[in-house]
Amino acid sequence: MNTRKDRFSEKMLQTQPSPIRKFFDLCIGHDDIISLGVGEPDFSTPWTIREEAFYHLEKGHTSYTSNWGLLELREEIAKYLTKYNLDYNPTNEILVTVGASEGVDAVLRTILNPGDELIICEPCYVSYQPLTTLCDAKVIHFDTSKTGFYPTAEELEKVITPKTKAIMLCSPSNPTGRMCPADELEKIAELVKKHQIWCISDEIYCELVYDDNEHVSIGSFPGMKDYTIVLNGFSKAFAMTGWRIGFLAAPKELVSELHKLHQYNVICAPIFSQYGAIEGLRNGWAEVEKMRVSYRQRRNLMYKAFNDMGLPVVEPQGAFYMFPDIRSTGLSSDDFATQLIEKYKVAVVPGSAFGEAGEGFIRCCYATDINKIKTAMENIAEFVKSCRK
Amino acid sequence: MEEILDLLKQNARLSTQDIAAMTKRTTEEVAAIIAKLEADGVILKYTAIVNPAKEVDVKEKVCAEIQLQVTPEREHGFDALADKIYRFPQVRSLYLMSGGYDLKVMIEGESLQEVALFVSQKLSTLEGVRSTKTNFVLKTYKENDIVYVEDERDNREGVTA
Repeated sequence: MNTRKDRFSEKMLQTQPSPIRKFFDLCIGHDDIISLGVGEPDFSTPWTIREEAFYHLEKGHTSYTSNWGLLELREEIAKYLTKYNLDYNPTNEILVTVGASEGVDAVLRTILNPGDELIICEPCYVSYQPLTTLCDAKVIHFDTSKTGFYPTAEELEKVITPKTKAIMLCSPSNPTGRMCPADELEKIAELVKKHQIWCISDEIYCELVYDDNEHVSIGSFPGMKDYTIVLNGFSKAFAMTGWRIGFLAAPKELVSELHKLHQYNVICAPIFSQYGAIEGLRNGWAEVEKMRVSYRQRRNLMYKAFNDMGLPVVEPQGAFYMFPDIRSTGLSSDDFATQLIEKYKVAVVPGSAFGEAGEGFIRCCYATDINKIKTAMENIAEFVKSCRK
Repeated sequence: MEEILDLLKQNARLSTQDIAAMTKRTTEEVAAIIAKLEADGVILKYTAIVNPAKEVDVKEKVCAEIQLQVTPEREHGFDALADKIYRFPQVRSLYLMSGGYDLKVMIEGESLQEVALFVSQKLSTLEGVRSTKTNFVLKTYKENDIVYVEDERDNREGVTA
């Protein structure tokens, strides 16, 4: 074995694994544990998409595609984006990525210099911070927990410095399901233009929005296209997590730089996934709607259960997560999650996994069978009661 | 109202409380809506869907599709004859079809003989029936949205997303 002390990169040694992982490891081998910890749909990919992929595999379409992704797919994506008043040229402003996750990494590496500051609205998805640190850039942890889990322009302006390179937004948000209101987005857009910074807008949950809420992309405000990088994908809306397919849309100067990294890193997204995605955009919407309605119903069920047990929770407007406040139990979110899984057989993710601003909360995913949600809620209620005694 | 119906169509055993929580209504509202749907005959019945392949201690049944060509009556069209057919308890479903034949009758019986006898003695002798064609069902893959041949399982492995 290589015993050299410096056999690994310092940066990688300092990088922590996803804190979500730890709780799944606790579940392994315990079939009696109900997991509200997953971050993906409980539906299989709609059949029409799967069938389309078979067809292309059968036909022997197994090669690389253009680094940018199949033009046919980029054209469908461009058409789709007009739904949110976004106008992108499929030939040089849209890039098909290996999930939105690859997009996050590629964007950060394309725009960040060492010492640059990236404002991350927390609590947030687990990859933003480590990927920023790997770029030797500085993470500015921006706490949204006191403003309903979305950033306000007023608070954001306070943390903007000459070194600020970009703001990372995710609406609807993982882990809270909250959305940034359109008027607030508009003010943030003004801020972005005034300070000449990028806005990285992670819109992966934009199709899973409930009640009267409507998704608005910050890129759709006047003049914002030049400052916005839209990240999106097929995983959540089309239940295609395992296909690893997403896309980004940005000004052509940026994509032209980013495309080099993508080329060297992954070459292209898997071809059958690209064909599946085309089919999804063309014929998958009825299935997306069915899934959306089902998530909404389960959100309502879980939301009422948390209210009934007296755990404060802000109602999620999108995605499939709920982020109840467990501070009344006197436990840290990590202790809460650990004890819950050990004593009451329910797995949730401690809010601290999503940044310091998530401490005191837990993330529960409601993309789970109704009966399991009900049992899990009963168990959580009992646990909460026992903590308060 | 439509949402409540959809939920019941998927799972008729959902409690009124759960439906209320899922649709953001009160339990009383939901109870009243369901009562009205039942009274108006929108909801006809609640039943269990049984997979015959897995039913134990039950003698296997035979299912057949009978295609009937009939002569419609002057005043009643196909309805009078259909009325006579669906009243037989052996008839599980009855449809008026376009295309090469007129009535599609789904029959269930204890044996091939029983079904064959029913067709030859009861159906083909009805006035107006010109011809019958019997096709036996060999296997049910899917019926009324329910897949009979595979188990739904949650195969998700917890990952980092």
